[in-house]
Amino acid sequence: MARRAIRKKLRGWWPTALILLAACAQTTRPQGDTGLEREVLVSAAASLSEAFAEIEAAFEAAHPGVDVVANLGASSTLREQILQGAPIDVFASANIANMDQVVSAGMTAGEPAVFATNLLQIAVPAGNPGDIAGLEDFARSELLIGLCVAEAPCGAFARQALASAGVVASVDTNEANVRALLVKIELGELDAGITYVTDVLSAGGTVAGVPIPDEHNIVAEYPIVVLADAPHPSAAAAFVAFVLSTEGQAILGEYGFSSP
Amino acid sequence: MTAAGLEAHVAVRRSDAFRLDASVSIPPGTTAALLGPNGSGKSTMVAALAGLLPLQSGSITLDGEVFDDPGAGVFMPPEMRKVGVVFQDLLLFEHLDVIDNVAFGLRSRGAGRGEAASRSGLWLERLGVGAMARRKPGDLSGGQAQRVALARALATEPALLLLDEPLSALDVAARADLRRTLGEHLSGFAGPRLLITHDPTEAFLLADEIHVIEEGVITQSGTADEIRLQPRTRYAADLAGLNFVKGVARDGAVDAGTHTLRVADRDLEGPVVVTVHPAAISVYSDRPGGSPRNVWQTTVERVEQVGSRVRLLTGPPLPLAVEVTDAARAELRLEPGARVWVALKATEIRVQPEAAM
Amino acid sequence: MTSSRSPRPPVLLVVLGCLGLVFFAVPFIGLLGRVPWSDLPALLSGPVVGDALRISVIASVAAAAIALVIGVPLAWLLARAEFPGKPIVRGIVILPMVLPPVVSGAALLFALGRRGLVGEPLEEATGLLLPFSLWGVVVAAVFVATPFLVITVEGALRSMDRRREGAAATLGARPWTVLRRVTLPAIAPSVLAGLALTWARAFGEFGATITFAGNLQGRTQSLPLAVFVALESDRDTAIAISLVMVVVSVAVLVALRDRWWGAL
Repeated sequence: MARRAIRKKLRGWWPTALILLAACAQTTRPQGDTGLEREVLVSAAASLSEAFAEIEAAFEAAHPGVDVVANLGASSTLREQILQGAPIDVFASANIANMDQVVSAGMTAGEPAVFATNLLQIAVPAGNPGDIAGLEDFARSELLIGLCVAEAPCGAFARQALASAGVVASVDTNEANVRALLVKIELGELDAGITYVTDVLSAGGTVAGVPIPDEHNIVAEYPIVVLADAPHPSAAAAFVAFVLSTEGQAILGEYGFSSP
Repeated sequence: MTAAGLEAHVAVRRSDAFRLDASVSIPPGTTAALLGPNGSGKSTMVAALAGLLPLQSGSITLDGEVFDDPGAGVFMPPEMRKVGVVFQDLLLFEHLDVIDNVAFGLRSRGAGRGEAASRSGLWLERLGVGAMARRKPGDLSGGQAQRVALARALATEPALLLLDEPLSALDVAARADLRRTLGEHLSGFAGPRLLITHDPTEAFLLADEIHVIEEGVITQSGTADEIRLQPRTRYAADLAGLNFVKGVARDGAVDAGTHTLRVADRDLEGPVVVTVHPAAISVYSDRPGGSPRNVWQTTVERVEQVGSRVRLLTGPPLPLAVEVTDAARAELRLEPGARVWVALKATEIRVQPEAAM
Repeated sequence: MTSSRSPRPPVLLVVLGCLGLVFFAVPFIGLLGRVPWSDLPALLSGPVVGDALRISVIASVAAAAIALVIGVPLAWLLARAEFPGKPIVRGIVILPMVLPPVVSGAALLFALGRRGLVGEPLEEATGLLLPFSLWGVVVAAVFVATPFLVITVEGALRSMDRRREGAAATLGARPWTVLRRVTLPAIAPSVLAGLALTWARAFGEFGATITFAGNLQGRTQSLPLAVFVALESDRDTAIAISLVMVVVSVAVLVALRDRWWGAL
């Protein structure tokens, strides 16, 4: 799995400053042979990290002269940044709820489109030391169990799934985003957590997945939209189009996402 | 057989520039003074004797017990030595009451609270500062603080007493007062006592034997009278208030380089030191007649009023300090620049061979 | 009307000083401006704030106490003892001040986590698990805050007048007595000032806490973590909690007054 241009990966709140600097440097300057702006700033949910890295590389190859700057984090964090006025071009959220808040604030240009779906999966360290078979095991207090914070889509969905299965989970930590949760599971510090199918895939051999039955599982719909105040509207539109294109969808499929 | 008293042969390098190399031997019940200018190594000696500065070579023994002997690999740390020190800056513990300061040594050596407090109280009373027992050192006057420091050193009943410039920070009145107190307590102390000072009066009044120290080396040792009447170095002569000239003796004359003096001793030959009391020199406006064998003309360079006497400093060929009366000064119109004749009898000139120390 | 006692400060200094003051004051004024004063009692009485306050206070005080016990001896060794590799040791001790707290938290996880270098045998032997517990919060705080105490105390030990220690020795005090009755009282103001800094750093610690101890209300969610979580869901609560932190911090630091700050 390709991890390109890590230097452009920014997580959390830091990117706001960098983005502001970048935005100041780039005013309305149609550049490049495609008539697109030099840059496009994309805020994407943490669970899209690897998939979007490859999409970014493919897009830049198809549109030379355009630089994709990815800002990754929990969708709730990204949503706040946008509502506070961060100069972002494209928002790809891990759930509809966060996107809806941006829509209600009138900050989107056009309707968001769902470009991928994801399913939840139980993540355990390789070898499943806690002997987790399903959601019921989340009630065992002797295990160390982690979820995402309730505000993050991953956390909200996980709680819905547990409620649906009637399990009162003995949670030991609520991590800030799904990647932080995944790292602790990879390290073996946690016995189990609920992440996305795509996250388990991305961790390779260090994390194993235990499926959640369909009747309790939540289908996470990932909407994407160009923002109304996008500093680079043409490049933004081109990027969204790419994500929705066959090529973009194929890449997403590679990483475990399903089509909408 | 153990020798009582302090036997110290101290060789210590304090820094790149300074080295102390001095020996003192102090019998119990006597006070020795180490008298010298600032920077001569006096405080270094205190540090070495107290154990705060290890020797490089030599040895320190008190009542037969070895404190420090690098050659034999013996070093007794300060807390094991029974030495009482009054430091130049007193170094009282500012955060403790006066009585706790005095009790510090007793408590450190294992005495109980009550016993330490009562013994300390007694010492403070003896030194006249009993009323200050519950105050802090910061509240004390110079004289009071000095007494507390002395009480603190004496309370542990040490075997050796070291006093570093005990009176130097005081004003004239307090100094005389404390000097008396100090004298009393020193004579009541059974062990050897070493007094460090740059004040000759202090040394002459309080010490049984005086060691003059200059640039890390002891240049002269003796009683107060010996130092006063027969100083062997310029510094010692200054202390005694005498004129000091170095020269070479031959046939009843001393060649001092710029001038030759006729002296009474015809047998002395070789390098000598010459001392002359300022009052033994007479001043005239014209060439005098009579017996003085040393007469020469010179210029008055400085005139100083010292109490009720006048002190002149004359210039070449042989600069000397001369003491005259007020009347003489007025009569001879002695001002800087005046040309005068000085006369000096050979018998008033004391000559000593330079080598003998 | 200027008093005849204090000299007038140079104008440039006053101007720059005022700019500095404004720089620090404006964010707090901004915060105060957003406080929902009428809702404050309701917001602060919820379990989230109560739990977080309890955890923060216990952890920061415990961390300061532990920092004192391990920091003062460490400072003494660095200031007074001779041993090879001293600059390296000092560098290691200062490192948590320089590293991003999240990196410190990750390092703690690798060392003291359930699968950690020391943590794994520790758990097998004693059943003690540090991450995801209040002790984890304390450990994270000790790790990032102790360097402040070490630096302050080492500085004090180096710059103090050591002659009184010599005087105490001549009075018969063994080295431990000298330390207890002369050295420590002499540096006490610096130790207290350093302790204040240490407590403050422990109180505000976020990155190492969330990485090492995790985030669970009632167990490991300290005030800074509670603010972080609330910021995305319930801004009013976040602001209310921030206010609590500001008030507690200002109260403690003001209570120390000039006397001890002067010793820093």
